[in-house]
Amino acid sequence: MPSANSVKLSCESLWKVYGNNPEQYFTDEIGSFNVEEKFQNLTENGSIIACGDVKFDIPTGSIFIIMGLSGSGKSTVLRCLSRLVEPSFGKVELDGLDLLNQSPKDMIEIRRHKMGMVFQNFGLLPHLNVLENVAFPLKAQGISKNERLARANEMIDLVGLEGRENSYPHQLSGGQQQRVGIARSLAAEPEVWFLDEPFSALDPLIRTQMQDEFLRLQRQLNKTIVFVTHDFHEALRLADTICIMKDGQVVQIGTPSEIVLAPADDYVKKFTSEVPLWKIIEAQSIMEPPDGKEVDRPSVKPDTLLEEVMRLFDGKTEEVQIVNESGECHGVLTPVSIIRALYRDEKKVG
Amino acid sequence: MLAEKNILPILWGGVLVFSALVMTLGSDLKWLFEFPESLHVPIAGFLDWIMLGFVDLFKWLFRFISRVLEWPMRGVQGFLEWLPWLTFASLATFIAWQGGGRRTGILTLVLLLYIVIVGYWYEGINTLSLVIICIPLAVLLGFTLGVWGHKSPKANAVIQTTLDFMQTIPAFAYLIPILLLFGFGPVVGLIASVIFATPPMVRNTILGLNRVPPEVRESGTMSGCTPRQRFWWVEVPTAFPQMLIGVNQTTMCALGMVIIAAIIGGFEDIGWEVLGRLRKAQFGQSILAGMVIVCLAIILDRITLSYAKRQLPTESHTGLRIKQFIVGFIGISIISYILAMFIEPLRIWPKSLEFYPADTMNALVFNIIANFGDVLETSKNQMQYFVLLPVKLGFTRSIFPITWGFALTPTIIGIYWFIIFLGAAIALYFRHWKIAIAIPFIAGILYFGITGVSWVVYLVVLPLFAFSLGGTRVTLFVTGSLIFLMVSGIWVPALVSIYLCSVAVAICIILGGLMGIWASTSERISAIIRPINDTLQTLPQFVLLIPAVMFFRVGDFTALLAIVAYAIVPMIRYTEQGLRTVSPTAIEAGITSGCTPAQIFWQIKLKLALPQILVGINQTTLFGLNMLVIAALVGTTGLGQQIYLALSKVDAGGGIVAGLGMALIAMSADRMMRAYISRTSK
Repeated sequence: MPSANSVKLSCESLWKVYGNNPEQYFTDEIGSFNVEEKFQNLTENGSIIACGDVKFDIPTGSIFIIMGLSGSGKSTVLRCLSRLVEPSFGKVELDGLDLLNQSPKDMIEIRRHKMGMVFQNFGLLPHLNVLENVAFPLKAQGISKNERLARANEMIDLVGLEGRENSYPHQLSGGQQQRVGIARSLAAEPEVWFLDEPFSALDPLIRTQMQDEFLRLQRQLNKTIVFVTHDFHEALRLADTICIMKDGQVVQIGTPSEIVLAPADDYVKKFTSEVPLWKIIEAQSIMEPPDGKEVDRPSVKPDTLLEEVMRLFDGKTEEVQIVNESGECHGVLTPVSIIRALYRDEKKVG
Repeated sequence: MLAEKNILPILWGGVLVFSALVMTLGSDLKWLFEFPESLHVPIAGFLDWIMLGFVDLFKWLFRFISRVLEWPMRGVQGFLEWLPWLTFASLATFIAWQGGGRRTGILTLVLLLYIVIVGYWYEGINTLSLVIICIPLAVLLGFTLGVWGHKSPKANAVIQTTLDFMQTIPAFAYLIPILLLFGFGPVVGLIASVIFATPPMVRNTILGLNRVPPEVRESGTMSGCTPRQRFWWVEVPTAFPQMLIGVNQTTMCALGMVIIAAIIGGFEDIGWEVLGRLRKAQFGQSILAGMVIVCLAIILDRITLSYAKRQLPTESHTGLRIKQFIVGFIGISIISYILAMFIEPLRIWPKSLEFYPADTMNALVFNIIANFGDVLETSKNQMQYFVLLPVKLGFTRSIFPITWGFALTPTIIGIYWFIIFLGAAIALYFRHWKIAIAIPFIAGILYFGITGVSWVVYLVVLPLFAFSLGGTRVTLFVTGSLIFLMVSGIWVPALVSIYLCSVAVAICIILGGLMGIWASTSERISAIIRPINDTLQTLPQFVLLIPAVMFFRVGDFTALLAIVAYAIVPMIRYTEQGLRTVSPTAIEAGITSGCTPAQIFWQIKLKLALPQILVGINQTTLFGLNMLVIAALVGTTGLGQQIYLALSKVDAGGGIVAGLGMALIAMSADRMMRAYISRTSK
């Protein structure tokens, strides 16, 4: 889990509006206008707000997942961060550098060295083989052929495609194509890694496998990741932080267990209703205060999932204690408190 | 919506009554049946004036371009003529093999050998050299325009409209201004071919670039490409297969035009040979020469298509790597050249070894005509008397005792109209008002003939028809076109063209539809029809005239055959494709709801395939109009003939007006059909 790291990528008051000359509505300073009023004005004028007033900070080395249904503006936000889509208004900062003020030339340099992106339908170049596809970003940088092919080969090994170097995209399965996409996006050793619904076009089984691969890669590489998905389960499984969007606006930002335990509104709650809570909730989120008893009982770490805690209860055990690294007891869990949490007993939760 | 539903039958009823009144009460008024000359506008003269002014101003520039182009053209021609046929044939075979493997290679070799042996190498190479110079020019021009159209929406709008016109205005019509600007001679043929062959490249370039998936484009940007890198490394390669299809189409257009251009710039090429022989009624010779065109067409088509297909994922043939290919190319050139130096017949095929069975073939043709002349003549006459003449002139002017066996007495006329009236009444009783209106109109056309109906009637009926099909914009276009045809003084030839084309289209719809249905039910029939269709469509249209003229001499019927042969292809294709692509689920749903096979065919398959079939009919109409102009070579009257007359007199205004008239007819038909198609497929 990420410790309190510095912010790598952030955006503030980010808007993308389609319509007639939307810029005229954004003459004032950031933060100086009423967001609701702006929404109303723009809608009345017939503009379409792809995303409005989006704000978040992404710490270095963390996985930030933007979750929303189709049309919620999640892909637009992602594309605004890399300026694939030009935002109508707002501020995007990478390492404290204001991206929206960069010249097109500088933007190309930033994309070459700091950004990598994976696409839902892979976006591979049909006329290049696997090796050349992976080496493509390096070719754009003008790196010599030998060097870039060597680097591409490393990337192909990393994603486990050894032996397919000379295949063409159409000869590969969807999962394999996405591995190529991943290898290509990592070839230039970017610091920020964008993934736009990378596993949505894949079969469920392959999807789970690719998610595991993704987590493995991230443990190895420790990139700052912005990941877009419409699959809430995928978000829970992969995210450090989840940002839920609806109709172009951010509804809630939080860790998976924060979102599951305290959904901001009914919209978010609907997503959480079918989630296997025991796989998300950590012991520390629902523990009761320590009772001070000195009995022989199993102890677990604060971030242990309920799933594991529940296994510890047997005929003799009635309580489990939560102990931090230095051995102090933080609290206890009883079967009743767990059952309450899983039943979403509002009083006990949060 | 409701108002419109009520208003249409009333409007139609009114128009019907009005038409009937005009045709009966007005039958003595001459101005109703001949568009008054006082209303003519001298459009042709005006165009002439503009054109001549333009020519005076810019002649030097165009003549200069013509000079500049003459050098490479003569160079390529001279080089190819000098090259031993063996070298050319083996290199062409090698290129064909590289693209399409063994089959394409062997096919190319065999067809080239035919040209050599039959003794038309010189003429064939002359034609081919024009095509070979034309292709890079047209491809480059088309690519540039296509990229421009892709990048700029404004340019795209202009380009698309221009292309629409260029494709519908018969090529002959814009040969005239080209003649005026560039002068006579082979270069004019080249320039006309470049102009004619560029549109498919433009279209396919735009199509290919527009179809690059947005994610692929974005992946280029995110890989750190500059805009230029992205264009050349991402967008162009992704659009490349589509562009190669464009190259294929461009090549075929170039060949077609080079052959047609022989009419104006006749210089020892194969088109000129065919035309000359045809005019002298030397059928054996014209077939042998025509076959050379067929060979060239097939070779060019297969080679360019094989390179386009090689880009597709399913294609297994990859050929040699580029370096090996170049080595092979040079090696074959040297070896074949040395061989040809030592063995003379491999350099220039000797006259003594030519196989030119023209006389035998002529004898054969005469034999056939002698033996089956009666049958041929009868079928031609029957078609003339019972279909062509009634449609053209109407029953009133075509039913005579000699041909039909009875005279058109008042009693028969009475019975005719009584039956029509009864039919309409029955249709009305069953509330099919559209049929009730259609019956008297069709009966009227057959009675008076397309050329016998007053222009006033056309001026009310056709706009209303357009309005019923497609709404205001289409109506305005159709009305405008009608007025243009009338005031520019080409109304009568236009009617003749419309008559011939509508008969041809009707035949195509019936025959082609049936063949399409048949092909959709049987794999074997489909497999037989497909290559025939492919060949009919690859051939320069001109070639189709040869057999028709051979057996039926010149005239409307001959033209009709040639038009049908060319225009039937899309009808067959789209009908088969439409029926084959009906979703199996829909058919299964029909079967489980207890439909009989007949019900499944009529109510499910045909209904679902209808939009596709309508597209086929539309294409057939456009193809028919297109062929009509070529068919004018074998003596039809109408707009095609007007264009030829203008061409022979280098009368720019007259030619352009007639060509524009042709284009407006085609575009009106196309707009109306498309409006109807978009309504039925909703």
